[in-house]
Amino acid sequence: MDKKISVKVCLGTTCFVMGSANLQELIDTVPAKYGDKVDVSGVPCLGLCSIDWEFSKAPYVKVDDEVIKEATVEKVLKAIDEKLK
Amino acid sequence: MVMNAPRQTSHLKREILIRLIKAFYTDDFGENARLIPYQMRPKDFEAPYRCCVYKERAILRDRTIAGLGLSIEETDDSIHMAELAKKVLEREKPEENPLTVLQTACKGCVPSRIYVTDLCQGCVARPCVNTCKFGAISVKNGKSVIDPDKCKNCGMCAQVCPYQAITKIIVPCESACPVGAIAKDENGHAKIDFDKCISCGKCVSACPFGAVHEKSQIIDVLKTIKAGKKVIAMVAPAMFGQLPCSPKQLKEAIQKLGFADVYEVAQGADVTTKNEAKEFEERLLKGAEFMTTSCCAGYNELVDKHIPELKPFRSDTRTPLYYTAEIVKKEHPDAVTVFFSPCVAKRREALKDDNVDYVLNYEEVGAWLIAMNIKVEDCGESSFKTEASAEGRNYAVTGGVAKAVKTLVPEEIPVYPVMIDGLNKQSIRDLKKYAKNGECELGNLIEVMACTGGCLGGNANVNAYKPALKQLTNYVKESKSIKETEEAGEKA
Repeated sequence: MDKKISVKVCLGTTCFVMGSANLQELIDTVPAKYGDKVDVSGVPCLGLCSIDWEFSKAPYVKVDDEVIKEATVEKVLKAIDEKLK
Repeated sequence: MVMNAPRQTSHLKREILIRLIKAFYTDDFGENARLIPYQMRPKDFEAPYRCCVYKERAILRDRTIAGLGLSIEETDDSIHMAELAKKVLEREKPEENPLTVLQTACKGCVPSRIYVTDLCQGCVARPCVNTCKFGAISVKNGKSVIDPDKCKNCGMCAQVCPYQAITKIIVPCESACPVGAIAKDENGHAKIDFDKCISCGKCVSACPFGAVHEKSQIIDVLKTIKAGKKVIAMVAPAMFGQLPCSPKQLKEAIQKLGFADVYEVAQGADVTTKNEAKEFEERLLKGAEFMTTSCCAGYNELVDKHIPELKPFRSDTRTPLYYTAEIVKKEHPDAVTVFFSPCVAKRREALKDDNVDYVLNYEEVGAWLIAMNIKVEDCGESSFKTEASAEGRNYAVTGGVAKAVKTLVPEEIPVYPVMIDGLNKQSIRDLKKYAKNGECELGNLIEVMACTGGCLGGNANVNAYKPALKQLTNYVKESKSIKETEEAGEKA
């Protein structure tokens, strides 16, 4: 079987305040949509926000090794769809 | 309506606050505040929202002005940012009206009107023409045309069109305002009529351009802490659903920001519950048909400004914030108090309460934590000196206040709670009707929340509604009932 796609939603303080609070729904909706093809979880700070002034690009989500800046539900779903192609 | 929906405008507002706080801690606050728009929109940067970086910078400057707690409308464009920053550092008290409109951002929004779309088939039945009471619709070149001079915006034609070809173009802020306090002026700029405004914050949430800003008091608070004063935070219960940490971690995080101590406003809510239960009993024994709660600042302003006939039915008990601030100032007469609020309405209440010095909303607190690089999830735990009850902590949720009061009303007095879950034109009509008839057919204890969902639905929340509710509910579940704490208090 193919390797599962891993989706990590950063729930550290910076990402949470800058919008990942609204990405928590992915933790419910992604398994419902993709079944066991995708592993999704909320994770502690990925450390991406503290590099220089990069808090302004939060919230961050990692889809496998790809970092999504200013993540939205739509951007994350699109990235998953690309990987599944 | 989706509560606490994700908004790009919130991201912008929060980013500005973070940069402003960082600027405050540098050697040259004024200059670094001036640079904010340039850092956010550097040269050669492609303007993401508007025509060019120059316009975006101008708008970001206005947003920074709101972050400084100044009125955007009254601030002259030509004044140097350093001068404004200086003025703010010298300010003794926050400005009175808590909201300000970024007029350059709201120009693009067309005035509210009825509009016939291309879907019009020019049908034979012409229900639009026949329904219009004002003779405003005629058919020209096979399409319905509305005469703007005759149209009264009633929307009847849109309701009867079999093709759904007629639509009402709305202005989101006007449509969200339950009391008609915001409207476009002759220049197409939204303007708030503060004689009517009840500070409910619905326009702040509704505007897709993020044009309505709260005037922040963050700089006032930073200045007070920097001056070495003893500053105490009073945290409304909704806050415990907002950040990815436990309540005790949150307390520690707030202390790291420089606060001497943190009180739960739920502690004051317990006083409200006791007084309101007693008052309810007395009122009903005297023959009253119903009583409304009085803890929501938006509702209180609504009654004072728009439904004075409801005053005799509104509880005289003070708000949780009032009692909490009273306790804090009694225990620490030398302290400066800061209320952490989920909404803009509490800013008005605080202005009238000498025991509350400043108000910060949850967005501002979140921005401050980011600016100081404090990760709440890594903080240790710090206990509250006085633990509030489960009922007090549940005040932030629709139904929570009525439930708390019911817990303490003696059994022989029947309590039938009615929930007004969010103020809108319909619920305001209902409230007026109860006042006029002197009774409410649905029950005898009316709990009014200006925001849908309660304080967790307030305009300045950070977390999405559902996870916030889950987090707060877990906290409530692990707390003692007010009945237990009451009995313990009596024994002691």
